[in-house]
Parts: sequence; structure tokens; C-alpha cells
Amino acid sequence: MSLLTVEERNEAVQQGNVYAFKQAPEKGELIYQTTDLNLWYGKEQALKNINMSIRDKEVTAIIGPSGCGKSTYLKTLNRMVELIPTVRMEGEIAYKGKNILDKTFRSEELRTVVGMVFQKANPFPKSIYENVAYGPRIHGIRNKKVLDEIVERSLRDAYIWDEVKDRLKKDAFGLSGGQQQRLCIARCLAIEPSVILMDEPTSALDPKSTLKIEALIQELKQKYSVVIVTHNMQQAARISDNTAFFLEGEIVEYDRTDVIFNHPKDSRTEGYIKGEFG
Amino acid sequence: MAYIDMAQVKKRISARIVLNKLAKVCFMVATLFGLIILTILLTRVVSEGMAWINLDFLTGKLSTQADRAGIMGAILGTFWLMVVVGPVSMLVGVGTAIYLELYVKKGKLQSIIQTNIMNLAGVPSIVYGILGLTIFVRAMEFGNVVLAGGLTMSLLVLPIIVSVSQEAIRAVPQHLSEASYGLGATKWQTIRRIVLPAALPGILTGAILALSRAIGETAPLVVLGIPALLMPFPGGILDKFTVLPMQIYYWTLDSTLVAEYANLAAATIVVLLFVLFVLNATAIIVRNTFQKRY
Repeated sequence: MSLLTVEERNEAVQQGNVYAFKQAPEKGELIYQTTDLNLWYGKEQALKNINMSIRDKEVTAIIGPSGCGKSTYLKTLNRMVELIPTVRMEGEIAYKGKNILDKTFRSEELRTVVGMVFQKANPFPKSIYENVAYGPRIHGIRNKKVLDEIVERSLRDAYIWDEVKDRLKKDAFGLSGGQQQRLCIARCLAIEPSVILMDEPTSALDPKSTLKIEALIQELKQKYSVVIVTHNMQQAARISDNTAFFLEGEIVEYDRTDVIFNHPKDSRTEGYIKGEFG
Repeated sequence: MAYIDMAQVKKRISARIVLNKLAKVCFMVATLFGLIILTILLTRVVSEGMAWINLDFLTGKLSTQADRAGIMGAILGTFWLMVVVGPVSMLVGVGTAIYLELYVKKGKLQSIIQTNIMNLAGVPSIVYGILGLTIFVRAMEFGNVVLAGGLTMSLLVLPIIVSVSQEAIRAVPQHLSEASYGLGATKWQTIRRIVLPAALPGILTGAILALSRAIGETAPLVVLGIPALLMPFPGGILDKFTVLPMQIYYWTLDSTLVAEYANLAAATIVVLLFVLFVLNATAIIVRNTFQKRY
């Protein structure tokens, strides 16, 4: 599929040709299709006419300056944004063809197939084992053997098994910041999601832990669709297949990552990537 | 041109230092005042009552003869009162706190309820007694039994438990519940598995302190007509009862008739203080054992 410029995309949207706007070249199956999404916090509009598609088994990075709406958009993808009481949304986000903004779509169901990793590692004040087993338990798994298996597999997939296998019953707060974040990723993998949303997952970590998580993300995209919000442009360039540049609640440009970083079509994207603002 | 004149500074400095020391003395006196009065009170009570405390006194029945009187009835009454107040005030209080903190939308309604709970905490305890007399003793025809007294006391301590629990729930970091919601948990699952366990130490501490308030209260029970007469020991929540502070109250009243009653009252105060001390120490231990870990 050809890549459209912002002008072409806006024109296509205005003509109602919602599937004509720019999509990342197909590799995986289409997971998310956002159409004309507008979002307000009270009276303040935080997202304006967002149109964006996200594909399976790829890493999609969302970059942009603080307050540009990138985290807000990420949180619409699993409706976590609804935890803010004043929020109001219009438009459509189709997840595998079903509109998740439809009131009949249960958010609990959505969040079981769409996992989330937060900016600050937020393990529960429980043991390492119980942290990972939390999700499966919530969804009704009681069998000890099954839980053991899920915990081990999730910790292995998050590359933290070897570091914690001898202290599964110990408190999760005894882990380092980087380990805690990988534990949170393991906890997210334990619910066997299809999509993993990451909200600046390395912004509170040192460079070494950051690299570990970046390597992990590369592994994760073999099995999952990963959407990552990041402040760090080098990170987006290193790990993502597609990059969306958000500014003041709008998508300025969305393209393959190498195109965004090497041949951005919009001067604002270029300015941001070169560090001229943001 | 310097504005600070060293000569002036030197002239004033000793006066400033004297004032500095004077301030310290003032605050110390304020603290000592309370401490000294408390010490005098405790020494008097202990010196008057300690000699009267023995096994017979603790396990004996009430008697008009001072040397044969015991407070087992009052101890059991206090125990049964706690059996009612503890669960009732905890369930209703924590439930209210959860509703106000986690369900009600922040707004007018919430602030009206909030203000009224604060007001309830300031209502004199005797008013709760009148309420209890009207509703539990007369309208619901419980009579002046443990259940009626316990429900009255539960109402009395409810505002304390509600506000302490609200604070404990508020102190649980938002990011923990977010993590839970993010894994597909419902609100109730998040409350039961994440919020309540994290808030429990704070809630328990408050509940124990509220309980110690309840067993020290006398005024509402006077209104309910709780006697300090000879009676069989209470064996359950539907029995008539008396409690330690009531016992103290009646013995002090009658000490003009029989001088030894003053000693009995003092001995009972020592026992009551001991129970309160144990409860408050438990609260501190609970708080320190389950220090916040997040």
C-alpha cells in the first residue's frame, strides 16, 4: 500500500474514505483501526481526529512532546482512559473489527486481551509469584500446577526467570527497578494478551536496564503486537517498525520508522526529530 | 553601604538569645503540665486501688460488701460489648469508607456526606445514648442488653472508623489499582485483592483505637439505663450487662456511703486502664508490623 502524505490523508478522511489513509505496510494482520477519534478531558480536547491502524507482530512507537496526547491515545486502546471521570470520547476504535468504544464492549474483557506496562514499575505488594499469578487468578485459574506453569513461562518470556527462580516467594519490592519492570511485563504476559501497550516503560530506568527491556520488546513482537509510547527518539528508532508523531493531540505523521527518521515528510516531524523543539 | 550594623547586632544579641531560651521553656512547661497532672492522677489511682486488686476481685461477683465485691460481671460485659461493637462498626464503617472513596463521584453529594460524617464525630456521646434508648431499647424492644449497648456504641465510633478507613484507602497508591484494572480485573476484584489488603493495617489501627474509645465511654450507657446491680454474669449479647466504666461510675457515686467503694473504683480504673493500654499497644504493634511497603 502506498504511503500518503498528511495532506493526502486529511483529504481522504474528509472525503469519508476512511480506509485510504496512511497505513503501515501490511506485515501482520490488522489489530486496531482507529477512525476519527476525538477525546476531551472536561472541555479540553486532548485528541483530535485520530486515524491510525496498528498491525500484529510489529512494534509501533508513538513519539511526541509532553502533553501531545500520546499517552492518552495509548490508554484509549485498552480504555484505561475511562478511569479519569471527566473523559469523553467520540469516534471508533475497532479491535479485530469490533468497536471497543461501544458501551456494550466490556472493558474487563478488552484488558484481558490487551495488556499494559506502565511508566513506573508498579508491582503489587505481594511475592514475585503472586504478582505474576494475579492475572490468571482473576480470570478464574485456581489449579496450582497450571498457575506454576503460567508463572514460569511468563517469567521466562520476560527474561527474568533465571534471576528470580530461587526467590519466587520473596517480596517483589526486593527487586531492582529494571527487574521490577520486567516482572510487570511478565505479569502482563501471564494474561496471555494479543497486544501489549507500553507507556514509557524505560523512562525511570538506567541505560543497562533499558537495553534489556528493548531487547525483550524485540522478542515480544514475534508473538505480540507492541505499542510503545516513548520520550526517547533513539529508542523509537532502535526498536520500532512504525512510528507515529503526535503533536497537540493530532497525528502529524505516521510511517515506517526508517522513513520517519530519515525522510520525514512534514517539517514539524523533522524539527522534532532533530531536537529543535519538544 | 551595609544595612546590617554590627554594633546594633551586638547590642541586641543577648536579648534575642534570652527570648530564644524563654520560648523553649514556655513549650516545655506546656508539655509538663499535662504530664504532671497525668502522673498525679495515675499515682493516686494506683496507690488507692492496687492493694484491692487480687484474683477474687477480678473473678468475683458484685457485692454490697466492699471486701467481697468483684468485677467479673463488668469485665464480661465489656467483653461482650466489644464482640458487638467490633464487627458491627468495622463492617458498616469500612463499607461506608469504600463507598465514599471508591464509588461516589467527587462532587456536591460526596462533600455533603463527608461534612456530615465529620459533624457526627462531634456529636456529644450522650446524644448517641438518647438515640440508642429510643431506637434499640424502646422501638426495637431489645431492652437494655448488650446488643442495644453495642449498637449504640457502634454508632458512636462509626465516624472515627469511617474517616480513618477513608484515609487508609486514599493512601493506597493509584498505580496499584491501575495495574489491577490493566489486567482485566473488575472494580470489586481490585478492591478485595489490592486496595483492602494494602489499607488493612491502617484500618485495623483505627478500629482498635475506636474500640478502646467505645469501652471507655460511659455517658450513653447511663442513658440506656445500664445497671450496676447484682446480676448473673452476661453469657451472650442478649443478656443484661454492665461494663467497667459504669462500675466505676456507681462506686464513685456511692463512695460517700461506703468509703471503701472509692478504693474499689480506683482498682477498677486500674483494670480499665490496663485493658486500654493493651488495646492501644496492639494498635501500635499492628501499625509498625505492617509498615507501608509501597
